[in-house]
Amino acid sequence: MIITQKKPLEELLGMLDGAKTVALVGCGSCATACATGGEKEIADLSKVLEQHGMKVVATAMSEYCCMHLKTRTILKPVIAANPDAVVAMSCGDGVQVIAQYCKCPVYPSNNTMFLGESVKLGLFEEACHLCGDCVLGKTGGICPISRCAKSLVNGPCGGSRNGKCEVNPENPCAWIEIYNKLVELGQEYKIGITRDDKGYEKVSYPRTINIRGDKK
Amino acid sequence: MSVLQQALENGKFGVTAEMAPPKGCDFSEQMAAAELLKGKVHAINVTDMQSACLKASSIGLCVKLKLAGLEPIIQMTGRDRSRMAIMGDMLAAASFGIDTMLALTGDHTMVGDCKASKPVYDLDSVGILRMLSTMEATGKDCGGNDLASTPTFYKGAAVTPVYEPQILQINKLRQKVDAGARYIQTQGIFDLDALKRFMDEVYKAGIKAHIMAGIIPLKTAGMAKYMNENVPGIAVPQDMIDRLAAAAAEGKEKGVKGLPARLGIEMAAEMIAKIKAEGLCDGVHIMAIGAEKNVPTILEKAGVEI
Ligand code: SF4
Ligand code: SF4
Repeated sequence: MIITQKKPLEELLGMLDGAKTVALVGCGSCATACATGGEKEIADLSKVLEQHGMKVVATAMSEYCCMHLKTRTILKPVIAANPDAVVAMSCGDGVQVIAQYCKCPVYPSNNTMFLGESVKLGLFEEACHLCGDCVLGKTGGICPISRCAKSLVNGPCGGSRNGKCEVNPENPCAWIEIYNKLVELGQEYKIGITRDDKGYEKVSYPRTINIRGDKK
Repeated sequence: MSVLQQALENGKFGVTAEMAPPKGCDFSEQMAAAELLKGKVHAINVTDMQSACLKASSIGLCVKLKLAGLEPIIQMTGRDRSRMAIMGDMLAAASFGIDTMLALTGDHTMVGDCKASKPVYDLDSVGILRMLSTMEATGKDCGGNDLASTPTFYKGAAVTPVYEPQILQINKLRQKVDAGARYIQTQGIFDLDALKRFMDEVYKAGIKAHIMAGIIPLKTAGMAKYMNENVPGIAVPQDMIDRLAAAAAEGKEKGVKGLPARLGIEMAAEMIAKIKAEGLCDGVHIMAIGAEKNVPTILEKAGVEI
């Protein structure tokens, strides 16, 4: 999922400067799991904004802010309330979807951090850089692009110490983890494979994928 | 042909020294130190913002050395340059007659002194070597387009012998050699038995390249301890640290300065002499870390001439 983190309140208040009426839109999926855009966070932020003299004229929750159909529907009461500004409590994509349907400014309450996983409640780890050419089949299901600080594809740099990464000793060296996993899987030979240089053509953005079989 | 290549391929004991460009634009200190190395080493490695700390670019000092009649090795990391920038710099280097290079992945910007810089890593060490080998073989650039003229380089890479699990470094070494590295400089070595064990693994893996043992002359016990704690792949044995500490104590007692550094020179010379006498490696690479002026003394004491 997309991992988000709340922006500092001052930053959000700065964006909302001059707005008297606001509407809040939460997201029922990733942002709820990250405690940055669920029902509770909407209620909390409503209170805070009221304390700062704003009137919350509408709140809404999209099951997935990133899905136009769902979000367009839940935005109807928000648009009808005609607020001075909307606060989108989702990832950066949710903000952009919401902004497409609102005539007033839409401001993000979150920073969008990474694509990752919820390891346990409140602990999130980055795990994929959307490289467009997944190598997990050769690396024991551990991503060297996002979990190695240098995104190395041909094995480790010489910098690891005691199994930890030279860049941040709190992180394990991804390549040592890959190696251990490949040994466990009986696929040790894969460590010696020089990987094709996939280059960066596939990540030239913005990208569109269309599987509809018709035009956009 | 590269002077280092000539030496190593003719079975001579290869000698290289390392030098960093200045943090600034005055190269006079480096040039003065380099003059002392003339005729003593086959080539001088010029580092590419080692430890990710900003310095003048490697290519600048390389050009100056070349113009002064010395043989530079241009170090090229993947940290700050895309493949286009690397290839462009290598073409420019070749135009000055620079024909020897060392490919490195490069220390991460987060461990350096300009953390806001974007870590590029378009290519790692293996990728850089492969790109240059392909260029040499096909006369094409990194986009597959024809080059009007194509240089060739004597290409090298680095390896960290003290690494757990070692098989990962051996594997990566094999990939570097397959990608075109013909000589390999190791991380600083302090324990010859560890070097022997590493060399055994290299032979067992059937890796064919000229291996040059990295030598770091120690200056103080503190430096050794610091490196043990902070520099990956460095393992200075305790007895060396003890000897340096004893030298410092002796110096204090007698009121003589610089005894530990002198001992460090002796120890480095001793190791080089042993490596050569026992045929452990095909050469040495001396990283004096700012004390390049000591390199001729070390070589003399080791009885190594080029
Ligand atoms: S290799 Fe890593 S970054 Fe690329 S798609 Fe797979 S998980 Fe994502
Ligand atoms: S120590 Fe491991 S994880 Fe960290 S940059 Fe080097 S290879 Fe990648």
